[in-house]
Formats: sequence, structure tokens, C-alpha cells
Amino acid sequence: MNIDPSEIVYYEQGFIRITATLVFTWIIMIFLAAAAFLLTRNLKADGKIGKRQNAMEALLTIIDDQISEISQGESEKILPFAGTLFIFILTSVLLSLIPGFISPAGSLNTTIALALCVFFAVPAYGIESKGLKSYLKDYLKPTWIMLPFNIISEISRALSLAIRLYGNVMSSSIIVGILITIVPLLFPVALQLLGLLTGVIQAYIFAVLAVVYISAALKNRDKELAESD
Amino acid sequence: MDSMTIIGMTSIIVAGFTISIGSIAPALGEGKAVAQALASMAQQPDESNTISRTLFVGLAMIESTAIYCFVVTMILLFANPFWNMVAG
Repeated sequence: MNIDPSEIVYYEQGFIRITATLVFTWIIMIFLAAAAFLLTRNLKADGKIGKRQNAMEALLTIIDDQISEISQGESEKILPFAGTLFIFILTSVLLSLIPGFISPAGSLNTTIALALCVFFAVPAYGIESKGLKSYLKDYLKPTWIMLPFNIISEISRALSLAIRLYGNVMSSSIIVGILITIVPLLFPVALQLLGLLTGVIQAYIFAVLAVVYISAALKNRDKELAESD
Repeated sequence: MDSMTIIGMTSIIVAGFTISIGSIAPALGEGKAVAQALASMAQQPDESNTISRTLFVGLAMIESTAIYCFVVTMILLFANPFWNMVAG
């Protein structure tokens, strides 16, 4: 039994290794890029809008509302990053319903890459919003004794983001694999539905946690402004 | 017993213990969290959106401890590093 789709290697030469994770990530990228291209043609600002634009605007409004509720009004900055994460993970989980499609979110490589994006986005957003010095000062709060603990918490939360998503998506595929060998009829389907539910929730959780981390890096500035006023 | 038998036996026993003990505490914690959230939703139905969103995030955080145990179990069973060391 495979616990990581990266163990399936399609092509290998030198340091170039094309694994199942890579191939299915490419498929999702092509799918999302094509969908984005097809959906964003002929956008209209006024008058009667088309079905596609309506569906897209509905999705965007939902994500925007959620982000501005969590981050308390910094939605414009965070939306492109967190929305992309959400849509990518959601697509990779939903497409795993297609037989033969291996979800790249079930591979530790993909999830660590996504978590690294969050890991580097947090200081990037923080420095962009309040400057390097003020951002680095946050690590010394409340006292300088907390410096190592603050650094450890940055690393450990990125690690936990990666392992949480990997474990959830991988566990549902493992459970379906085990059940197919024991009870091949109907039960795996029910478990696959459950896996779909947990997958969608995990995509939501991943995006929400990214928003929470980023807005925590942003928010201190507003507090200081309020104090200085 | 040669070393392969010992490694296999220990891995399986420890995998069982890991997942069983490791899922007790998160299960209790999640039960507590859901009960509390339901109680507060019954008290303040207007706030149920915020409560359920926080509940989901919190549940995922609690559940991740169980997921860590599951990942360790799967590594012990299917990708055991010590097994590969002996089997070559």
C-alpha cells in the first residue's frame, strides 16, 4: 500500500524525477488555468451578467466575506493568496472522486510546499504592512525571553499545517483502500463521501488558518496606531 | 528471534498503541468542544455562524493531534525506516 503518491515514479533521468504528485499537480494547474481563462472572458460591469460570471462572483463574494470576517477588514490584501490556496486544495480534493485521479494533497511534498508558502507569506505580509523593524520587534514581545518560543511557534505551525492536510487526505484514501480489500461493495463509497466532506473542511481550515496567521502579523500595527492616537 | 522479527513485532504493537492512546484524548476534547458549542448556540442562536466557524477551526486543531498519531502509525506500518535498514 502506498502512503504517498510521490513513490509512483513515471520518469526518471538524473535529478529530474516526474512523480505522480507532480503530474496530477500539473493537471490541476492546467484545469484551474483553463477554467479561469474561460470564466473571465466577457466580464461585464453593468447590465445583465452571464451565468458564468454570476457563479464566479458568488464564489468570490463568499470567500471575501469569510476573510473579512476573520481578519476584520483586511480582505483585499489577503484574498488573492488565501483564495488561491483554498481553490487549489478544494479542486485537488474534489477531483480525487474521479477514478484513477490521485489527489496531490495526499502527498507530503505538496502540503509542505503549501505550508512553506504560508510560512513565507506571513513575514512578507507583516513587513509589507508595518516595515521590517517593527515586524522583527514583534518577536521580542512580550519580553525578549520569548524570542526562541516565538520562532519555534512559527516553525511548528507551518509543520502542523502541512501534516494536518496530508494526514487527513491520506487517511481517507488509505481507509478506502483497506475497505476495498475487506468489503468491496457500497461501504467504500460511503467512506469516500466522508473523505470528501473532511477534504472540503480541511481545504477551508487550511485557508482560514493562513488568514488567521497573516492577519495576526498585520493586526498589531492597527493596535499600535490606536494606542498612539 | 532475529532482528527483523523483533522490529516487525515491535512496530505493529507500538502502531496499535499509538493510534489507540492517541485518539482517546482528542476524542474527549472534541466531545467537550462540541457540547460547549451546542450549549452556546442554544443560548445565542444569532451568533451561530461565528460559533460554528470557530468550532470547525478548533476541531481541526484538536483533531490534528490524532492525525499526527495516525501519520506515525502509517509510517511504522508501511514505511518503516528501521525495517528498511535491516532488510537492506
